[in-house]
Amino acid sequence: MKVLVIDDSRAMRMILKTTLRELGHEVSEASNGQEGLDVLKSSGPFALALVDWNIPLVNGYEFVCKVRADPAYAAMKMVMVTTEVETSQVAKALGAGANEYVMKPFTKDILRDKIEMLAAA
Amino acid sequence: MTIAADDFEYVRVLVRTKAGIVIEPGKEYMVDARLGPIVRREKLESIAALVARLRTNIADPLHRQVVEAMTTNETSFFRDLHPFEALRKTVLPALCAKRAAGKSLSIWCGASSTGQEPYTIAMTLREFLPAIDEWSLSFIATDLSSEMVARSKAGAYNQIEVNRGLPATLMVKYFEKQGLGWQIKEPLRRMIDFREMNLTKPWPTFPKFDIVFMRNVLIYFDVDTKKEIFRRLRSVLKPDGYLFLGGAETTMGLDDAFERAPIEKSGCYVMKQAAANAA
Repeated sequence: MKVLVIDDSRAMRMILKTTLRELGHEVSEASNGQEGLDVLKSSGPFALALVDWNIPLVNGYEFVCKVRADPAYAAMKMVMVTTEVETSQVAKALGAGANEYVMKPFTKDILRDKIEMLAAA
Repeated sequence: MTIAADDFEYVRVLVRTKAGIVIEPGKEYMVDARLGPIVRREKLESIAALVARLRTNIADPLHRQVVEAMTTNETSFFRDLHPFEALRKTVLPALCAKRAAGKSLSIWCGASSTGQEPYTIAMTLREFLPAIDEWSLSFIATDLSSEMVARSKAGAYNQIEVNRGLPATLMVKYFEKQGLGWQIKEPLRRMIDFREMNLTKPWPTFPKFDIVFMRNVLIYFDVDTKKEIFRRLRSVLKPDGYLFLGGAETTMGLDDAFERAPIEKSGCYVMKQAAANAA
């Protein structure tokens, strides 16, 4: 599966990239929301995007809103991967069109389960 | 920490006698890992000291703690996913159609551990049948361990537990933030009657169940105990009821009355027609 990872932390991108590759996925990355939108245009389509909430230029929530406003990306699933853990924040992300939510810290099993769940949905 | 051979044997016999669960030779590492926290909690020097205390005081409540530590299993919300997909797509549609006139459903989750499995069933049920409160629901969840039953009743989970396997839409709907953790909201907790129960001891009087979840517990029992539990399950399951076992478990060679339901990877069993007629 082609996966786009968007996080401003290089360490977090590295963790996600390594984990996703171990799970057999092909990974591209971006360090902010605007770069994420650019990568979508230049290297898409992606089956899945993992997006941090607090990223520069276009934040994760805005990224989800922009992507969902474009029918070209309707098939792409989006998972917020973030430390924002209030119920209202999760609800806001889902309301904007995110498909799933992973709270930091997470384990490889958690990520695998969420991706399998999305694939089965 | 490494356990001496005679101490390992003592723990093996204790767990076999009290819980009917067989710890195979070679599982010393598991006994080490599970008893380590008790050793530290009780401020003992070693597992040897723990077993020495068990040997010298037969009435010591530590016996129970040791048995519980050895029988608590890994669990998560929507563990293995397939059984709950089977529940949502096949079992609940069939059962709810059949039971619509009487509006009555009965469910037993027979090794509920820290509660994720029964709460997963409750969420799946409520999502499928939002009007479940208008039904007469008997939902019993049992576990050997009093500590697990207390945890399940509280319905409180840490972030890692909530992160794992639980769809975000359901988390928002059925959980509320409590400090650093999350708690199941009251309407869902109220659906389930959590009780302590040892599957190898005489069973209490149960209603007849439409659905029984008995996943990942029979693997710990010897063949005779498994056969006896299947025999009892036949008597508490309705003739058209559904039995869910773990992925590595089967009724094959243990009880001829059951057959695998044709639902992929679900571990779901039903009673063969002849057995159902006799029930």
